[in-house]
Amino acid sequence: MSAEAAIHGEAHGHDDGHGHSPFLAHHFDDAEQQYDSGKLGMWLFLVTEVLFFSGMFCAYALYRSLHPEVWTFASQFLNETLGAFNTGVLLFSSLTMAWGVRCAQLRQHKGLVICLAMTLGCAAIFLGVKAIEYTHKWDLGLLPAGSYESQYLPGMHHSGPSSWLYVLSAIPALCVVGFGIWYGLSLAKGDKQKSEVAGPLLVTALCYFVGVGIGLAFESAEAGEHGDVAHAVAHTDGEHTVDGHAGDAHAAAAGGDEHATEEHGEEHVEEPVADVAASPAFQSEELNKLLASPGETTMVASAAEEAAQVAKPGEATEAEVDQRGGAGLFFSIYYCMTGVHAIHILGGMIVLTWLLVRATKNHFNEEYFGPVDYVGLYWHIVDLIWIYLFPLLYLIK
Amino acid sequence: MSAVPADSARAQQEERENFLVFSKGFLSWALTLDHKRIGLMYLIGVMSAFFLAGILALLIRLELMTPTNTYMNNQTYNQIFTLHGAIMVFLFIIPSVPAALGNFLVPIMLGAKDVAFPRLNLCSFYLWVSGAIFFLAAMFYTGLDTGWTFYTPYSTTTQGPVVAATLGVFILGFSSIFTGLNFIVTINTMRPPGMSWFKMPLFLWATYATSIIQVLATPVLGITVLLLAAERLMHIGIFDPEYNGDPVTYQHFFWFYSHPAVYIMILPGMGIISELMSVHSHKSIFGYRFIAYSSIAIALFGFLVWGHHMFTSGMADVTTIIFSALTFTVSIPSAIKVFNWLATMYKGTVQLNTPMLYALSFIFLFTIGGLTGLWLGALSTDRVLHDTYFVVAHFHYVMVGGTLVGFLGGVFHWWPKMTGKMFSELWGKVSCALVFIGFNLTFLPQFVLGSRGMPRRYAQYVPEFQELHVISSIGAFILGIGLFVALGVVIHSLMRGRKAPPNPWGGATLEWQCSSPPPYYNFATPPRVNDPYDYTPLEYRDAERGWEYVHPPTTDTPATEPEPART
Amino acid sequence: MADHAVSSHSSHSEGEHHGFAHPMPVWQLLAVFFALIVLTILTVYQATFDLGNMELVLSLFIATIKASLVVLFFMHMLYDKPLNAIIFLSSFIFVALFIGFTLMDAHAYQDSVELKQVDSPRSEVVMPGE
Ligand SMILES: [Cu+2]
Repeated sequence: MSAEAAIHGEAHGHDDGHGHSPFLAHHFDDAEQQYDSGKLGMWLFLVTEVLFFSGMFCAYALYRSLHPEVWTFASQFLNETLGAFNTGVLLFSSLTMAWGVRCAQLRQHKGLVICLAMTLGCAAIFLGVKAIEYTHKWDLGLLPAGSYESQYLPGMHHSGPSSWLYVLSAIPALCVVGFGIWYGLSLAKGDKQKSEVAGPLLVTALCYFVGVGIGLAFESAEAGEHGDVAHAVAHTDGEHTVDGHAGDAHAAAAGGDEHATEEHGEEHVEEPVADVAASPAFQSEELNKLLASPGETTMVASAAEEAAQVAKPGEATEAEVDQRGGAGLFFSIYYCMTGVHAIHILGGMIVLTWLLVRATKNHFNEEYFGPVDYVGLYWHIVDLIWIYLFPLLYLIK
Repeated sequence: MSAVPADSARAQQEERENFLVFSKGFLSWALTLDHKRIGLMYLIGVMSAFFLAGILALLIRLELMTPTNTYMNNQTYNQIFTLHGAIMVFLFIIPSVPAALGNFLVPIMLGAKDVAFPRLNLCSFYLWVSGAIFFLAAMFYTGLDTGWTFYTPYSTTTQGPVVAATLGVFILGFSSIFTGLNFIVTINTMRPPGMSWFKMPLFLWATYATSIIQVLATPVLGITVLLLAAERLMHIGIFDPEYNGDPVTYQHFFWFYSHPAVYIMILPGMGIISELMSVHSHKSIFGYRFIAYSSIAIALFGFLVWGHHMFTSGMADVTTIIFSALTFTVSIPSAIKVFNWLATMYKGTVQLNTPMLYALSFIFLFTIGGLTGLWLGALSTDRVLHDTYFVVAHFHYVMVGGTLVGFLGGVFHWWPKMTGKMFSELWGKVSCALVFIGFNLTFLPQFVLGSRGMPRRYAQYVPEFQELHVISSIGAFILGIGLFVALGVVIHSLMRGRKAPPNPWGGATLEWQCSSPPPYYNFATPPRVNDPYDYTPLEYRDAERGWEYVHPPTTDTPATEPEPART
Repeated sequence: MADHAVSSHSSHSEGEHHGFAHPMPVWQLLAVFFALIVLTILTVYQATFDLGNMELVLSLFIATIKASLVVLFFMHMLYDKPLNAIIFLSSFIFVALFIGFTLMDAHAYQDSVELKQVDSPRSEVVMPGE
């Protein structure tokens, strides 16, 4: 009987028996088994991610293969430079993440915190740039199929400043304030661990605005060069210069266009745009001017309608492609893919924050680095999906 | 029995440590990480969903007693059958065997203490609960009338709460994914020493195959319903012809998940039957490897045939031919299983107790369900039979005759293990007989109805179909009574049942080596790993009314776990 | 535990004292990163040429090289258990199956489908910014 009880007793003690690592769960034999299980689980989760995205890739492949000309047309509204920049940012965050795993394995706690902070910062920059890309498109009416506004139909564009950028930036702004206060308090109290968490989080929230600034700079640089739609029109009819278009547009718009945006547009064209974006603290006025560019492009677009009518028969002009429909589908798929991807970035930031907290508490070592490794795998697959999204969406010619 | 005091002390310890009573209070259940408790909570959850949806089924059958509208209008009828189908599929059948029985059994059959990720497991349960609440609230609010398939373009235009329901499905999908992921990792990394892949019980093979489907297919359902929700909220147009989208694409997306999901429903049932056939025949399973491989084959072939749901949806001819041909290949592994079960019984000591009777019903009903599937997989006959009662009867033979009956067999088989109580054999058999008779009476006439042209999903029909409809309705009520009897049997056993011995049926898989109900830590010492279908060392003890090992099989496992070497 | 016991201590390059951990050397991480950046520049540059259908093939090819680098080194698959690699890579078979069948079918019945013209602005749709 006593032997029996002893065996049972040992079994109970098993929960906290090994005592090797405080994070070894009771149902695993050792740290390696736990690590292997977690790793296998994470790979399986990545499989579900791949299949989850496959639905959207399927829709993409289907509609692109059916209407390649629509995709060529619609893709030029995406800002290649911003896409490439964001690709670089994500690749760099992947590097810091992989480096972070190494730091965790080697007990380099300081290094791990820095790596995680940099990964978070890159994620925030990415989202800041994305916010600019999105709001810019919303203003141009480049929306999902149901709300897509044909770029060649006059009278349905609205100009004026986009309030959406402010809406999107509200939460990061709150984060800046909140983390700033937290950071200040933890510094004042001399709580090193807390300030190690709050500091990187504050930087992350600020990084979002860095992303916004960079986004504005590139977006306006592009607009200053030729303007998204003007660029499109130049394809349709090579003779017109950008200026010529603007002139035509004025004439065309004089009739029915109730959006009085001429002043904005002209100022915008004349002003060296680089200045606007280069100023680090972009003021709302300048922002407004920048976001007024849709007004300008509207008029250019309506001019294109006339241009389209004199185009060669047999070959579909871009105006025809646009009006035949389907361009909205491109933007549906664009928003679905990049939107779901952005949600994954956000989710990644949440788990990275969790890792950051644990890293500052020195939880990780050569036996227990699983969480860093698993989050790393997740982060890399998010990067991996973007590696495909970038050429598939931005680089269609 | 020389050491009586030792025995009684052990009995007391078992009493104290069994997982049901070891810790008390609501939170000890609500926040438990114990796979057995989570399994039981799932069991209660899926049973509630089942009885809810079953009552809806009876309402449908009541309405169909007459050719005209009796107490429902057409719109209500649409909502009721949608509710019935959606609840049955998403809330009952898919989680029934894997999440309820699987959670309880997988770690114990492996001799493990828990699943690999206990917190994920609990999270999965709460996802199920929240998905269920979301789903039910959405549907009861205004009533969903799209059918459980949410076909576009109807689902993008109807007034029903499609978005809420699809988000519910999305959440339930995550619950399913996490369960599957957990089982794959558990089976891969936590098998005890000595249990190689081909010494695993077949239930684990079936669960493994199911989990593969859950992990691979469910995400596609997730993105499908997400796109559908986006379609309704923002008109993304991917599935909407109004915006140059393609509604047939929706069906591709949907069935890429939902055909494999049919195997999420049936494979675990098959796993149960493999166990039951062998244990209650007291004979080693026939063709172990064939059954194991056929589970994996079904899981993989299941991904190749989804188009057979779309033969009349505007699919191209060439695709229909390919999908039809592929569909027939799935019947091969299914048939392999049936033949092996029958061969297992041959010259065995078959005991016709309640679980075995359910298992035998399963084989009969599933075979009919499978064979009528061939008619629907053949292009020419499907043209005629598509969307008729023939289809309804076919999938009910598979889902109810297969999964539900298998699930009931499994519940009765492992009930003594889960609760520590025996149930009334007599009433268990009565319930099985009522279910069997009622089920066939309900659905056999529907084959006839369908082949004569009665379309599905209509509240009204031409008068000459009334006779068969009335027979079907009577059968449904007998089936309902049978199920209530089954419920009564298990509830009665909880209150009045005699204490169950550790091994009441003479099973050789590991779960029968621990007490009934198991202690919260499952096994005090690593269990003996032996052939899961070798019954020779087991002998029946009248005193205990259960089976015991006479010659404990020699084992290469040391009695106590060696301390892992550390550096 | 049956599996992991066998395969433990199988993938080591940086000394035994790290147990089952395998830290990636810094030079490897940096090399992979710079390769990825170069490939990104390459794919942007490549997009400035009009290559017709080859454009898609080429950009996907470059993307796949990049993805492989990320998977093999950043995600550590080169040093991981073969099972994990098999699981991950086999998911692409199912993706191919899904996309392949759906596309094949959609193209086969496409003759009977026509694009809908954009005729008038849909005023009932609320646009952002309003
Ligand atoms: Cu099917």
